[in-house]
Amino acid sequence: MDDLSNATAPVAVKGLNHWFGKGDARKQAIWDVNVTVAKGSLTVLMGPSGSGKTTVLTLMGCLRDVQDGGVRLLGHELNGISEAQAVMLRRQLGFIFQAHNLHESLTATQNVLMGLEVHGRHNSAQQVQAARHVLQLVGLGDRLDYLPANLSGGQKQRVAVARALVSNPKIVFADEPTAALDKDSGKSVVEMLKALGQQRGTTTIMVTHDNRILELADRIITLEDGRIVSDEHQH
Amino acid sequence: MTAVLTWFFGRLPIGWLQLAHNRTRLIAAVAGVGFANLLVFVQLGILGALNGTTVAPYALFEADIMVSSVDANTLTDGSNVARQRLFQALAVPGVADGTPLFIANLTWQREDGTFSTLQTFGVDSEAADFLREDVAARFAPLGLEDRVLIDRSTRGLASGALDDVSPHTPFVFEANDRTLSAIGTVDVGGGFSADGALFVSDQTFMRLFGNRSPSAPNHILLKVDEGIDPIVIVDRLRDVLPAESVKVDTVENAAAADLSYQTTERPTGIIFGFGVLIGVLVGIVIVYQILATDVADHLKEYATFKAMGYGQPFFLGIVFEEAIILAVFGFVPGLLASLGLYAGLEVATGLPMEMTVDVAIMVLLGTLLACAISGAIATRRLVGADPADLF
Repeated sequence: MDDLSNATAPVAVKGLNHWFGKGDARKQAIWDVNVTVAKGSLTVLMGPSGSGKTTVLTLMGCLRDVQDGGVRLLGHELNGISEAQAVMLRRQLGFIFQAHNLHESLTATQNVLMGLEVHGRHNSAQQVQAARHVLQLVGLGDRLDYLPANLSGGQKQRVAVARALVSNPKIVFADEPTAALDKDSGKSVVEMLKALGQQRGTTTIMVTHDNRILELADRIITLEDGRIVSDEHQH
Repeated sequence: MTAVLTWFFGRLPIGWLQLAHNRTRLIAAVAGVGFANLLVFVQLGILGALNGTTVAPYALFEADIMVSSVDANTLTDGSNVARQRLFQALAVPGVADGTPLFIANLTWQREDGTFSTLQTFGVDSEAADFLREDVAARFAPLGLEDRVLIDRSTRGLASGALDDVSPHTPFVFEANDRTLSAIGTVDVGGGFSADGALFVSDQTFMRLFGNRSPSAPNHILLKVDEGIDPIVIVDRLRDVLPAESVKVDTVENAAAADLSYQTTERPTGIIFGFGVLIGVLVGIVIVYQILATDVADHLKEYATFKAMGYGQPFFLGIVFEEAIILAVFGFVPGLLASLGLYAGLEVATGLPMEMTVDVAIMVLLGTLLACAISGAIATRRLVGADPADLF
């Protein structure tokens, strides 16, 4: 890729190294990773456990301080970014985690609302409507006021998807979103994510080692021991 | 509730929803805060009773200035004052009148074996205008030998035992080997050192306490000429009277000095003041435990919120919200239980246990503050943590 597309790409990683631990226990986990992600694509990061894929994802997603190298996220360099800037940047992203991480005390609608209220509470009736609309899109129109405890695993993960998408983020980061789900619900969650992403022009970056969903990816990057070992474009 | 709080905070009331979600914890937390409130209220109530009963005797006298021995910290301790000081004081311009005041404790042993300590005040029967109105009104007949006015609120007596006392139907009792006739009653009440009050003439006082001399009263009460600030006269008296043996102050200041002595130098005052402090500390620890556990239990959710772009003020807001809810919810049962306990203690001890609005508001504000501090400490764990490290 040339420099111009590098500058406009939602995520551009250059010469990224990362270490864990302190002193003698300090160990390099990421070795010179370079990736540029195209806008609107679904990119999958693969690799065995401990390959560093989640670390790369959290570094790209502004959830972890960058130690060495460069990460440009939506035009902002993350290396040396202030906490306040990081908070502002995170508000333009959507996150889906391995565990659904829904708040147990909040209903499905309220959990999704949390994705909107982070931008301030301007028109609460409209925000509630938007939250309900996204829940309907993910097929939970009849579970709007359920607490997470009363939803199945797949339904909870779909609420998490709705929460990530409700504010129309430019990039969605997903860390093994299907790990806790059976094959069918796992695949339907990713299909939904992809479909909604395509409609909205959202860039999606997903960590997974779930082979069932690879066919949906535009690009598959494989890591091993903190290094990129393959990078395939599909379709 | 949720709708009200949503409107109030301008966001989802997550603190409230979190608390309401776990009813058992909410009830335990509210009970904990209520208990801490109860502790503080009881200590404050007893401290208040100590303060009240300390200054109450000063209100029995209608005087502007009090001359006491330099070593006297309260009405009853310290040396006596030479009667001669009264004559010196009366010679000072602006002093209108004066009278000596004699005080001693009388043990009243009853036939059934019970006894009460009566704080006995001896005042010249001609000087009744130095006494509180209701006492003064009944004081004249006390010029007769061994006539007394007795406190109908005396601790140890069955309530209503002295209701029928009048000049025609006196209540006769024995104390210090003398037969005394109570020809009337007054309402004073007991304190920490005495169970009730007894008013007698100075003559009867000398008969009751053979070791006391008319020339050595405990205090000298003075009235100033109308329209003169007693402070001015206090200064004049200080110039005249020897500072190494007597001290002069307004009755009001003398009461305040006594109060400060009781609360800061006497063990009882210090103990109850310490009790208040312990109550506050227990309250902070309870609330901190509740909030810290709550933060720890929701760390995953908070980390998610942090990843979504919520900043530190948001989390502080949640915990403050919880702290305020706990403070208010805990205060109500704490206050109600305290009122019950006050009533019980008043019956059991005869001490005036009073719940004032000032104290209630002070405790509520203190609870809010303690809860807020605990909340701020409890959220420290979230500060500066990478969201990724919290998973």
